[in-house]
Amino acid sequence: MANVQVSPTKLKNADAPRLSLDSLIPRDTSIIRLLVITIVLFVVFSLLKPATFPTPINLQSMAFQMSEIGILAIAVALTMISGGIDLSINATANLTAIAVASVITALAPAANTDAGTAATAVTLAILVGLAVGLICGLVNGSLVAYANIPPILATLGTLTLFTGIGTVVTEGAAIFAQERLAEVGNGVIFEIPVPLIIFLLVAVGVHFLLSKSRFGFELYMVGTNPQASRFSGINNRSVLLRTYIISGVLSALAGIVILGRTNAARIDFGDSYVLLAIMICVLGGIDPAGGFGRIIGVVLAVFALQLLSTGLNQVFFDNPGANFFRQFAWGATLLLVLLLNYFSARARQRKTSAR
Amino acid sequence: MLNLRALFARQEFIIFIVLVVLCAAIAIVNPTAFLTVPNAFRILRACIVIGIFALGALMVLISGGIDVSFPAIAISALYLSTLIIVDTGIDSVPLAFALGGLIGLALGLVNAVFIGIFKLPTLIVTLGTLNLFRGALLFFAGSVRIRLSEVTTNFADATRWNIITVPAARGEASLHFSILILLGLALLVWFILRYTMLGRAIYAIGGDREAAERAGFNIVRTQFFIYGFVGLLAGIAGIVFGILGREADPFSIVGTELDVIAAVVLGGASILGGRGTVVGTLLGVLLITVISSNLVLLGIPTEWQRFVIGALILIGVGIPALQGLRRRAQRTQLIGAV
Repeated sequence: MANVQVSPTKLKNADAPRLSLDSLIPRDTSIIRLLVITIVLFVVFSLLKPATFPTPINLQSMAFQMSEIGILAIAVALTMISGGIDLSINATANLTAIAVASVITALAPAANTDAGTAATAVTLAILVGLAVGLICGLVNGSLVAYANIPPILATLGTLTLFTGIGTVVTEGAAIFAQERLAEVGNGVIFEIPVPLIIFLLVAVGVHFLLSKSRFGFELYMVGTNPQASRFSGINNRSVLLRTYIISGVLSALAGIVILGRTNAARIDFGDSYVLLAIMICVLGGIDPAGGFGRIIGVVLAVFALQLLSTGLNQVFFDNPGANFFRQFAWGATLLLVLLLNYFSARARQRKTSAR
Repeated sequence: MLNLRALFARQEFIIFIVLVVLCAAIAIVNPTAFLTVPNAFRILRACIVIGIFALGALMVLISGGIDVSFPAIAISALYLSTLIIVDTGIDSVPLAFALGGLIGLALGLVNAVFIGIFKLPTLIVTLGTLNLFRGALLFFAGSVRIRLSEVTTNFADATRWNIITVPAARGEASLHFSILILLGLALLVWFILRYTMLGRAIYAIGGDREAAERAGFNIVRTQFFIYGFVGLLAGIAGIVFGILGREADPFSIVGTELDVIAAVVLGGASILGGRGTVVGTLLGVLLITVISSNLVLLGIPTEWQRFVIGALILIGVGIPALQGLRRRAQRTQLIGAV
């Protein structure tokens, strides 16, 4: 294959430190930039609102809010690194929540069910939920890897399909979890919210999966250049299938956390989460073209967006439009970061060519 | 001679057959409810706004991009135009369309700057502008729903500008004039794509960007046209949406972006670019509208709508993908035999 072209950015990506052993230390500029943005946001809002912003209660409530979208963003990030995308994350999460709530309602309906039965029901329900996520991911992965359907199309289709299944099952109504998952969604361990612990465990797990395992290496290869990876003996299809399965299972986990927090499973919950998760990934330095990006960037982007949201909410406390300014700020931040990346890439290129 | 094989290979034709079979099935099961002029008018009316959006989405998809910001552009155009009309007191429908079109064009050009000049990925840029435009609208312009009849007379009156009115079982049924806007714009887009150099450029960019550039197409200029024109279409669609719904609700429209793209994809446009037709797109819009408004007449509960649409999308994109796989396998076999 003499005519395989490798773009300059791809070459640069290959030299990036993501595969080195000390990859925990942020060395590429976009991650350092994000870290600075996060710290600046925290300092600025703490100075603006010293009485309410840097307080333990506020930090705790921020941690509750960002965890579910954080898990969804990591799910999308994996598929983006593979060169694809997963639009069905939210549909998968809601379908999972519906399955979990249904199992709980069926096995431990009344509030006075004894503790043992309730525990069994919850365990079984969570297993069923994760299985739902696995099946959703399997469907996506099969469509992308074996039917060769472009990921954005395949998952647009399954987004509609999963939402359709959820609507048929629930007839559009909410299903309640009988408060049995409250510990997952609203609990704290040593003052640390359980959702945050789950989110960080997921982040650390996926980080090591990407940086230490053979699968992670192959995933970056497939995302960088699928043709080259195939010729170097990587089974692209199996890598893609596993990627979408993991994305489905992580979405299911997010669905369980959401169910725990809201106690109600609805198929139309959090419609804006899909695009928000994609936005977080791009802010976090995941290349939508595939092959590049690290989980620590996604985690920092989640932190930064949450600081921005809560901070703006407090600054505009008297203004009922605070939520809308937040949306405006999200959009502006995304476009600014894109421009920053564009200009710094061009400056780098100029430096290289000057040499 | 008519080449049947080629005809069946075209997705437009397949979706046309699906549409005919579906309509025939509904007509057989429930002729009194389906085969009526008021029902036909209702279906057509439901097609207008999503149809205009779909024409824009089609152009973007053919050029190899994807735009999710058009609903935010549409609602900004509608809401700001309504505010201007109320503020200035110039209560005119042509002015509303002119304002809506201009605001749409301006916001579309913002997309064009990021995509054409900075060469940033289209999905990500429009994701950013979707949030930017909608957040700015709700925060700076307002978040209060405006009932047109309370603040305007002519603009609100456009709701009743019908081209055909027939007596119906209850009252009368009418076809709104904005169906002509959809048809006019469809003709325009069809003409541009089929008979102009610009249309060639749009297909060429989507087919192979580098080849198009080497062939001498000006990519930046073409992208400015595409995203500006899509903004214009969205602005007009926003005004039509306001007229049909009698109100300017800043929370409406946004959230329909993926449904519109689904309709265009169902109509045979490739999300990878280079392929797609106006006829296919209109058929896709019609099919989705019939499913969401008339499937219930077939005895299928409304909850099944999205399931059916999702299944159709997957079948619609799966068949060409599998055909492509088979062709490639055959080619490989041939090479192996040699």
